[in-house]
Amino acid sequence: MLGFIIQRFLQAVAVMAVMSVIVFCGVYAIGNPIDIVIPPEATQDIREEAIRRLGLDRPLYEQYFIFMGNLLQGDLGRSFVYNIPVLELIGGRLPATLELVLISVISAAVLGVSLGIYAGYRPDSWVSKTIMAISVLGFSVPSFWVGLILILFFAVNLGWLPAGGRGETVEIWGVAWSFPTLNGLSHIVLPAVNLALFKLAMMIRLARAGTREIMLTDTIKFARAAGLAEGTILRRHLLKLISIPIITVFGLELGSTLAFAVVTETIFSWPGVGKLIIDSIGVLDRPVMVAYLILVAFLFVTINFVIDLVFAMIDPRLRQGATA
Amino acid sequence: MSTANTPLRRFWAEFRENKVALVALVVVALMILLAVFASVVSPQNPYDLANLSLMDSRRPPGFVGSGGYTHILGTDPQGRDLLSAIFYGLRISIQIGLAAGFVSLTIGTTLGILAAYVGGRIEALIMRLVDLQLSFPAILLALVIVALLGQGKAQLIGALVVAQYAYFARTAYGAAKAERGKDYVEAALATPLSTRLVVMRHLLPNCMPPLIVVATVQIANSISLEATLSFLGLGLPVTEPSLGMLISNGFPYMMSGRYWISVYPGVALIILIVGINLVGDQVRDQFNPRLRK
Repeated sequence: MLGFIIQRFLQAVAVMAVMSVIVFCGVYAIGNPIDIVIPPEATQDIREEAIRRLGLDRPLYEQYFIFMGNLLQGDLGRSFVYNIPVLELIGGRLPATLELVLISVISAAVLGVSLGIYAGYRPDSWVSKTIMAISVLGFSVPSFWVGLILILFFAVNLGWLPAGGRGETVEIWGVAWSFPTLNGLSHIVLPAVNLALFKLAMMIRLARAGTREIMLTDTIKFARAAGLAEGTILRRHLLKLISIPIITVFGLELGSTLAFAVVTETIFSWPGVGKLIIDSIGVLDRPVMVAYLILVAFLFVTINFVIDLVFAMIDPRLRQGATA
Repeated sequence: MSTANTPLRRFWAEFRENKVALVALVVVALMILLAVFASVVSPQNPYDLANLSLMDSRRPPGFVGSGGYTHILGTDPQGRDLLSAIFYGLRISIQIGLAAGFVSLTIGTTLGILAAYVGGRIEALIMRLVDLQLSFPAILLALVIVALLGQGKAQLIGALVVAQYAYFARTAYGAAKAERGKDYVEAALATPLSTRLVVMRHLLPNCMPPLIVVATVQIANSISLEATLSFLGLGLPVTEPSLGMLISNGFPYMMSGRYWISVYPGVALIILIVGINLVGDQVRDQFNPRLRK
């Protein structure tokens, strides 16, 4: 097991190194940030001084190593636009995004798996067909459009829920959260539903497909022959057998929900990281773009690493296969 | 059951039995026809600025404009007839979806089969890259690439391809790896046929079924991704709006109750995407041997 962990860890480090090169070169090879940083009427001296100060006169690989050196000391640079450290900027927006993403993903997983198992267990009932129809919609309909419709119905026409912003927040450990206040909670509902819908559809499909396949296997036949109650079979055998793909997807979805939060946050003006990145792309604020992408890559690599470990714990075959 | 004998006919006979998928197929075909003949069926050419009048902008459905005809679905902020704009928008969305889908299919399949066939270092390199990309959300990748490349059709298609080719590569790799070990491939290789010919004529066709399924899903995804990017303001220029752009244009007016500008292009987009997905679903079920009794 230790060998497996070390092997996977080294792989993760290698992937991170490659990602950092790709992101850095990709973002820094294009566009000239100088025009954003200093006003056009600045003199040539000021211009060159700014270029030197930002290290833009050095070759790309040198810039990369300076960047990586700073990165390893926890310094991701300063935003060109806000002129504060990027980490501080992103850190300040992160709670809003995390709050939204966690609420969406957890509710989507709990609801989705239950509905999916039902739909797979009784594939021909009308309830299952309705569940599947909803999941097709959730899968197909672009999430930004769902967001618009939610706003149109619940905010504009019915006036029940606010259309954007975070509402009242409460400070816990020095960080502002929306969910403890009623007003804040009402602001979360629409963006959370919007963000959760796609995940919900995905969980339903996965759980249903898994259930349909597993129900035909000998495991279930023997469990039934042994006289186990259907509920016990579902809980103890089926859930365990369909859980591997679901855990993977859950983990990956946690990351991709953060990515999709970009869209939801833009629609609902939710002041999270996604809104920040869209604004930064608009004005070509390189340090923010690079830092965001590297953090997202880090997040994905970490999630993949954790998933691999969880798999190895659940399924010993994977452990042996990988170390052999 | 019909008395069909060719595989294609058998496939069609089975497909026809699923009424939902059949209706979806008809609807998708209809929308493609509308897109192709947009200039014939639309009451107005929405790209011709001479046709547009700002007097007609943001009018509700059923409004009779200065052109003397009824705007069945109303008009948008530029005074375009929304129905015409939707037909033309469909054309752009479908073009981009198909182009991105086919280019990614070609690149992805080539890489996947190359990896599976050649093996060794090349296999490790390609598949590492593909896995790396698959773990990264496509929308973010597309977002960054469009931001870097700038706006335009070619850039957009490029971004979609980079974001999606990995799905094809993974699928083609899996299929080719499985087919590679089968006897018919060995037998074909034992004949004097060139390796290239064996790969193209024998290996590739047998890898197609799963790739077709991925292709339908990815075309729908491309269309949806393009709409999302356009909505975020990173897609195509405003002068020739795709469906996503039309929706985006209408968003600011939604709060004041002018719902139609966003809603109708959205409905068109959804019918298209849901239709393609339903067809894709049926095709996938038919290709999946595990669901066969």
